[in-house]
Amino acid sequence: MSSRQTESSASTGVPAVSVQDMTVSFGRSRTLVRAVDGVSFTVAPGEIFGIIGESGSGKSTLGRAAVGMVTPSGGEVRHGAVDPFALSRQQLNAHRRKYQIIAQDPNAAFNPRMTILESVMEPMYIAGMGNRAERRERALAMLDTVALSPEMSARYPHDLSGGQKQRANIARALVLDPEVLVCDEVVAALDVSIQADMLNLFWRLKRDFNLTYLFISHDLNVVSHISDRVAVMYFGKIMEIGPADEVMNRPLHPYSEALRSAEPEIAAYQARARERIILQGEIPSALNPPSGCRFHTRCPRAVEMCASNEPEQRELAPGRFVACHFAEEMLARFAPEGGGQKHESVG
Amino acid sequence: MSATEAMPARAEAPADQAALLSVEDLKLDLRDEQGWVRVLDGVSFDIKPRETLGVVGESGCGKSMTALSVMQLQSPRYSRLDGRINFQGRDLLKLSRRQMSRIRGRNISMIFQEPMSALDPVFTVGAQIRETVQCHFDVSKREADERAIEALDSVGIAAPREIAKLYPMSLSGGMRQRVMIAMALVCEPDLLIADEPTTALDVTIQSQIMDLLLNLSQKRGTAIMFITHNLALVSQNCDRMITMYGGQIIEGGPVDDVLSKPLHPYTKGLVHSVPDAGRERGTLNAIPGRVPSLRAMPPGCRFEPRCPHATTICAREVGIEDIGNRQIRCHRWQDLTSITGGAQ
Repeated sequence: MSSRQTESSASTGVPAVSVQDMTVSFGRSRTLVRAVDGVSFTVAPGEIFGIIGESGSGKSTLGRAAVGMVTPSGGEVRHGAVDPFALSRQQLNAHRRKYQIIAQDPNAAFNPRMTILESVMEPMYIAGMGNRAERRERALAMLDTVALSPEMSARYPHDLSGGQKQRANIARALVLDPEVLVCDEVVAALDVSIQADMLNLFWRLKRDFNLTYLFISHDLNVVSHISDRVAVMYFGKIMEIGPADEVMNRPLHPYSEALRSAEPEIAAYQARARERIILQGEIPSALNPPSGCRFHTRCPRAVEMCASNEPEQRELAPGRFVACHFAEEMLARFAPEGGGQKHESVG
Repeated sequence: MSATEAMPARAEAPADQAALLSVEDLKLDLRDEQGWVRVLDGVSFDIKPRETLGVVGESGCGKSMTALSVMQLQSPRYSRLDGRINFQGRDLLKLSRRQMSRIRGRNISMIFQEPMSALDPVFTVGAQIRETVQCHFDVSKREADERAIEALDSVGIAAPREIAKLYPMSLSGGMRQRVMIAMALVCEPDLLIADEPTTALDVTIQSQIMDLLLNLSQKRGTAIMFITHNLALVSQNCDRMITMYGGQIIEGGPVDDVLSKPLHPYTKGLVHSVPDAGRERGTLNAIPGRVPSLRAMPPGCRFEPRCPHATTICAREVGIEDIGNRQIRCHRWQDLTSITGGAQ
């Protein structure tokens, strides 16, 4: 089903990442948890694909499995034409350079006893790239690319601010000349002014190095700002996929709509008085997933059918895939005729 | 189940009402291995009864230190407070430790960012709320327990009797924050200080918690000092706001005025660095550089090294100016408003 999704965003043929009906589970029998449950999507080369969801929705696991760090228990992952899980250990090590991941917490990502320069050089050493002088030169050049001043390179992680550490973290991923970068909550720990700077940097790097991003975040503003397309995840499943501005402005799944509504905005007092959807409850326990549609326990639109039948994911508009029984109704609200009326929410 | 609710209407705080809390020229020095260093330098602000005041700024600008100073939670060995903190007609800095501990938790209470580190892992949440009640009221254990359960019920916890018997580790982040709120409000304080209460939570839980905080405070007439780095949350939930930078207040005023027409280049920078989908990618306004270290504060305007509009005059010290219902600490605010129309 996912091959159709690329058609709208890229015509280059082979996607950079393609995930088909992937399941990732942890534990066994009674403690089995399906962190990712039957997810399909493709990411075209050069695309920024955003993944949004609350904590516990499985978005980090999805990102890790997509680059081959976690082995899926079902379905398949393709990097271009390559199946990373069919590679030998040696082949996989060489292949991994092309698929890098940047983690959320830059504090945990560095060895406190290595200088920043040493940390940035290390991946090249492991990959067997060049000699020491070349590695040093490349590391310094990359630190310059991410706008870290040269005197920072001799410092230890504790001397750097959060933003500076995150820059070094990015430089370390880039020295191996990757094609795909999974950015897992990379700006979550930063102040808003630094965050803006980092988002600009990510955009510049994407252009300069022709990178493909899987951009994972719980922050709607961040994801919708940077991404071409986004997937909204809930409890291990994708609820909705579509172009970023479409999903933001015309959500077709009640969960996307609720997330959008929960995101605070700077607005004048009158504009603030809009109706807000406040979701009740929290994400359910992973050990005891709800029947039918996974969102039905918190959904403002849920009816009896939602508890028994799981909705199929279907394409409602070009490139827009939604898994909700009411998706057509939601779409009709945005249609030119008969549209415009606000939906009444079930209280 | 879900509910669609209108935003609670904000009560207009009467302008002439006497302040509940009035902080005047507050100075805080802290001591470390290198000696004393000034952390807060001449902080003055008011909170009126029932009002919600937002305090914004980057990490390290003194927001949390201001809150801790009002509560006097710093160790006296390593800190020195100077100035006046008038609360209900008394200067809190002149009170004895005993008198202050009667106010803490009873008249002023506080919620922290990370509820897991604020709750005690070895007591049940019910016992922790009961303790707060028994500190301030002469009631039996049984009565205190009842109040704890009522408090848990009031923060929207579905089975308060069962939850009261649980330890913090068995609760989710959102539930823990509800417990913190229950504990903070159980004695019906006049002022609640909320220090980044939703930063560690998902947006859906954040909106539940903010909604709860505002509704409870409105019902009980509690004033809130709301500390956050999230301008959008301030925009939606506060009456007035102050922006802090380098241990000083650099701008203050009604939320709508400040956010729609920020006068200080730093506030402007914060407003325009918020990402949104409509904005061209790669063009977010970042504020270059970082907050200077406390020991290397610039002698003049503290924002001068990062300010795009700095001129020679900015190397001179700058005081805070009152203009109508707003305050501003900037040499050039008048020039900048006339050039940029203030809303740039």
